[in-house]
Amino acid sequence: MSMTQEALRLSGVSKKFGTVAANRNVSITIPKGSIHAVAGENGAGKSTLAKMIYGLYRPDSGSIAVNGKTVSMNSPKDAIALGIGMVHQHFMLVPTFTVAENIMLGAEEKALFASISLKKTAESIRILSERYGMPVDPEALTGSLSVGEEQRVEILKVLYRKAEILILDEPTAVLAPQETDRLFAVLRSLRDKGKTILIITHKLDEVLSLADRVSVMRKGEVTGTVECRNTSKTELARMMIGRNVLLRVENPAPAPLKPLLAVDKLCCRTQKGAMKLDNLSFTVRAGEIFGIAGVEGNGQSELLSILCGLNDRKNPLSGTIRLDGTIITGKSPAEIASLGVSHIPEDRLKHAVIRSFSVTENILFGRQREQRFRKGAGFDRKTLDAYARELAERYDIRFDDIHKQSLGSLSGGNQQKVVVARELDRPALKLLILAQPTRGVDIGAIELIHRSIIETRDKGVAVLLISSELDELITLSTRIGCLYNGSLRKVFTEEEVAEGRTDEEAFEHEIGLHIT
Amino acid sequence: MKTRIRRIFIPFAAVAAAGLSGMAIIFMTGRDPSEIVGRLFNATLGSGYGTGQVLFKTTTLIFTGLAVALPFKARLFNIGGEGQLQVAAFSAAVTGAMLPSSLPPIAAVPLTACAAMAAGGIWGASAGVLKVRFGVNEVISTIMLNFIAQALIGYLLTSHFAVPSTEHTAETGSSSMLPGLDEIAGIFRGSPLNVSIFGAIAVAILSSLFLFRTRAGYELRAVGAQPDAASYAGIGSKRYILAVMGAAGAIAGLGAMNLVSGYKHYYETGMTAGIGFSGIAVALLAGAHPLWIVPAALFFGFLEYGGLAVGAYVPRDIFMIIQAITILLVIIGTARKT
Repeated sequence: MSMTQEALRLSGVSKKFGTVAANRNVSITIPKGSIHAVAGENGAGKSTLAKMIYGLYRPDSGSIAVNGKTVSMNSPKDAIALGIGMVHQHFMLVPTFTVAENIMLGAEEKALFASISLKKTAESIRILSERYGMPVDPEALTGSLSVGEEQRVEILKVLYRKAEILILDEPTAVLAPQETDRLFAVLRSLRDKGKTILIITHKLDEVLSLADRVSVMRKGEVTGTVECRNTSKTELARMMIGRNVLLRVENPAPAPLKPLLAVDKLCCRTQKGAMKLDNLSFTVRAGEIFGIAGVEGNGQSELLSILCGLNDRKNPLSGTIRLDGTIITGKSPAEIASLGVSHIPEDRLKHAVIRSFSVTENILFGRQREQRFRKGAGFDRKTLDAYARELAERYDIRFDDIHKQSLGSLSGGNQQKVVVARELDRPALKLLILAQPTRGVDIGAIELIHRSIIETRDKGVAVLLISSELDELITLSTRIGCLYNGSLRKVFTEEEVAEGRTDEEAFEHEIGLHIT
Repeated sequence: MKTRIRRIFIPFAAVAAAGLSGMAIIFMTGRDPSEIVGRLFNATLGSGYGTGQVLFKTTTLIFTGLAVALPFKARLFNIGGEGQLQVAAFSAAVTGAMLPSSLPPIAAVPLTACAAMAAGGIWGASAGVLKVRFGVNEVISTIMLNFIAQALIGYLLTSHFAVPSTEHTAETGSSSMLPGLDEIAGIFRGSPLNVSIFGAIAVAILSSLFLFRTRAGYELRAVGAQPDAASYAGIGSKRYILAVMGAAGAIAGLGAMNLVSGYKHYYETGMTAGIGFSGIAVALLAGAHPLWIVPAALFFGFLEYGGLAVGAYVPRDIFMIIQAITILLVIIGTARKT
């Protein structure tokens, strides 16, 4: 391949935010006139990568070359000048402007009071939209357009600025299936006319039906780049959720008792009618860890929010969830927690901690109603302090000052240990819900967290584990359910999981078949 | 740790810088800054009367400052101290005037205070209801409620409660009057300073204890810091929005007690004007911390009375400029760290 045919080349690009490596040594080459997909779970580093290519972030190390020439971009302006355009996931359009006005916004004549030639713009928009099969009326008000049409305007905006390389960030997230098909037709026609397209997505079906090549990212690294015609969904899913080399914790066979959590024919739709959970049924027994495997977006977040009482009450819901016989659907988060339910949410910084609070205040967070911490209208600071120190000791939480240091200044692993300590130590704990409990956590902390989870299980707590790490699921779970499109497609029994542990690779492959 | 020092350092630096620029402005008006500053301190801290006047202004500002600071902890911006203070002042004056003079002060004072707090509290809580029920931004609703308060009180005063051919209500009975410090201890002679100042300091301390020592305060701060996380922890934010807005209005209402029961003994058009807004400045300077409200209010009280006292030599507006510059510098200083 000669140099001129390369539209974009990333060589060893790395980017860190604080101590977190968002991108590590990423190298991707994209030939001119091709569609290249970057796939990965949320938080894998896809968006950071796109923002570096578009000049929003500067890489810490490594280089970016456009059309064979190494470039250094300080802002999107530089990227636009190099012929790179980006269609953001959330559209950046002014609803009270017409399509033509929106498209020329930011690309007007230089002088402040130069007349704006709307007619000329409208004409070139018409030509562009005909050439690439994107019918749109330049005079229409943007606010009156459908989502699919708005996206077309965004794409036209980029083409109007003479972009040769188009970056699309999760372009189908907001689209209905028919609109997705039309978008793909447009993207193919753009490619056939020589444009280079980089599409960021976590939907594997779309990758396979649209892209020529795909790079899979995981934890900031590219785990592989393959030709789409030579790969399968299963292989991509394995690359995406893959495996860590973990220190294996001892996991003696448990002796599960009676069912504690019973989910029965749970159905949930969005207000627009999209089915998120479809007749989902399963039970979790006391003393077992029930793992749920699945690619993100198959109903995990809906299930979690219903379990915690945080679901949007406007969304139609049917079916029941019983905790030890008590129906919990419809109860408030505080009522559910008081029944002995702990939850470690996926996005700990957003939901599980208050960043500006101290370690002690965060140990208390969500458990502030417990009698033992009370004293009059306030808290028994002595008891609380002793308790926080005890947990810190037991869970090896490291900090400089338990009262003055804000939790936000601790490392990710230590923050998660605070959450795990607090939730696992809840009195009269019956059900522990874990969502990606070790995401963004270093190996040492992972081992400690895994061991604590197993200890909790051995105390007779029912544990529900939702994870995108297959090896985490296999290491910890007593049984594993495979979630696909809102229902469990397959549940591996205790025997099957125990057997699977003897040949993990084959077992991962088998699970992969059921979640795609 | 570093940000802690910075947080304390910024307000002091802002006050110093604003003071210096005030002197520069005085110099530009052709006056000798050192002479004016000398007169300023002489007129305020130089006499018992002047100090009393400063502390009297400080008292109301502590209350209106707290009325902004507490909602701020729940990430609510209460611009409505002005209206809350106004309805409370009117309510206190009317209640005080209606109470029979035979009622002993031990009953009359609490009754008047309740009337003031209820009026202010209802005004504050209305903004809370609009926010919780209809999602109306509290900045908008409190500003609108200020206008409504002004019009409503204006109407009630002129059509029903004003002493004929005046712009004030009838004088309250002596039993609802708060004793002045001059009266009980013979200090700050002739100044309007009254026992309300002890109430103001007590409310500031109680607010601080509430925020940092009680469960409700803890939950309130969680709602303000990260509403999403608070709902995960089972904390209902709506209750707190309602409660803190109501409490803020009630505290502003106590500020009205200082003005009405402690000093004027009637409600007069314009007597509360601007004090609610100054409370915003006090809260910003104090970083919304209830205890820092006290020195911040003292600083603004000093400038406000000082501006009046040296008004014969330099325009009072210079002191308003100093106040404004202080706040701008505090905002710049705190915004930079994010």
